[in-house]
Amino acid sequence: MTGGARLPAAARALLSGDRRALARLMTQVENHDPAVLPVLRALYPKTGRAHVIGLAGPLGVGKSSVVNALLAHLRKLGTTVAVVAVDPSSPFSGGSVLGDRIRLERDPGDAGVFIRSMASRGRAGGVSAATREVVRLLDAAGFSVILVETVGSGQVDIEIRDIASTSVVVLVPHLGDEVQTLKAGLFEIADVFCVNKADLAGADLAARDLSELVGLGAPRDGWRPAVVVASARDGTGISELWTAIAAHEKFLDADPKRRAAAERTRLATELVELVRERYTESAREELSEASRSHWLDDVAARRTDPRTAADGIFERQHAPKARRRRP
Amino acid sequence: MPKAATPPPIRVLIAKPGLDGHDRGAKVVARALRDAGMEVIYAGLRQTPEEIVESAIEEDVDLIGLSCLSGAHMALFPRVLKLLQARKVRDVPVFAGGIIPDDDAKKLRRIGIKAVFGPGTTLEEIVRTARGIARRPA
Repeated sequence: MTGGARLPAAARALLSGDRRALARLMTQVENHDPAVLPVLRALYPKTGRAHVIGLAGPLGVGKSSVVNALLAHLRKLGTTVAVVAVDPSSPFSGGSVLGDRIRLERDPGDAGVFIRSMASRGRAGGVSAATREVVRLLDAAGFSVILVETVGSGQVDIEIRDIASTSVVVLVPHLGDEVQTLKAGLFEIADVFCVNKADLAGADLAARDLSELVGLGAPRDGWRPAVVVASARDGTGISELWTAIAAHEKFLDADPKRRAAAERTRLATELVELVRERYTESAREELSEASRSHWLDDVAARRTDPRTAADGIFERQHAPKARRRRP
Repeated sequence: MPKAATPPPIRVLIAKPGLDGHDRGAKVVARALRDAGMEVIYAGLRQTPEEIVESAIEEDVDLIGLSCLSGAHMALFPRVLKLLQARKVRDVPVFAGGIIPDDDAKKLRRIGIKAVFGPGTTLEEIVRTARGIARRPA
């Protein structure tokens, strides 16, 4: 290690290939355990090397099966692979059933694979708040490719773009007519379209509609999404799918500014999110203090409107002059 | 990092070692634990003990539930315990369910299975026991 500062023990364990330490750190990230913060800080310089590939798409299109097929394909190529699979949490009980492992087959003794299931824990948009940092832990642990499978919430399953450098949208035949492909949201985020279940009738039609969609618009940031027809069940098209994904990664690297710009966009989103988190927290604190309940009282009694009250709370907490010491 | 509003959910692995295909019980239990607010990693059918232990490690679960209705429980469950020990996983309790004769249940408890549920067990009892024996978050 250069830089002098000793790494936290958990960070050293992760870097030495300790899978339990890696798994434990993921839990701490998910549980907002402050003990993990120094570890994340120490590991951050060791991240940014993995190819992070996102797979989004409606439920039941076979995302897990496509991930499974890619996993097998990549292991044959000798590439290490981690999978992060997100499934929804219940809005009622907070519980969840994470079932993606059922489709993921691998040799349990293969240290070149790591699979983690995550519950969305109240977050819409296809990933959980902790997904980004769980991906970073896997990146620091040295996995070359990280496949992130989203919840499969459907048309707005788009937050994966904030995490992955290549987004694959998985679809199946008969999901709707070509007008569906014109709608905003999911269809806009794809760097690669994968029409899965190619063994079903209509796959070619779906692929044609998608190719037309791709041909209609101008390429986004210079990239025209690829359309691949595959069947995760029998392995058809999986090698082509990986070729298309790799082509997009290559495209990002072709111009050194391109990958950096994409990364900066993602990091800006993350920073805004983290700052927003801090604001949210301090606003909650402000409102929960009994002596400050006048904000709430005034709004409830219609003496002040919510925006004016919010401005007041913001000023109190964050305007430099009004900065007060935190208790 | 914002504080979590509620205590973190218990993570449970539910798996069926062996070759029988009777997964209804495992699914009913998974559903009940979900409804009790737990995060259930459902590994499903035909898992080898090696796969179960690797899943438990990667998922960092607080509890493992094994289901077996084939009669092979005395071969499979102790193997899972042994592998857990070999991988130095000592703080993750294991419970079991299925068609398990009383004598076997006794033996399984003796070697470290925390609870054995047979037919007729209520879901309330399973949830209560699961909560009681699960590893507490560090």
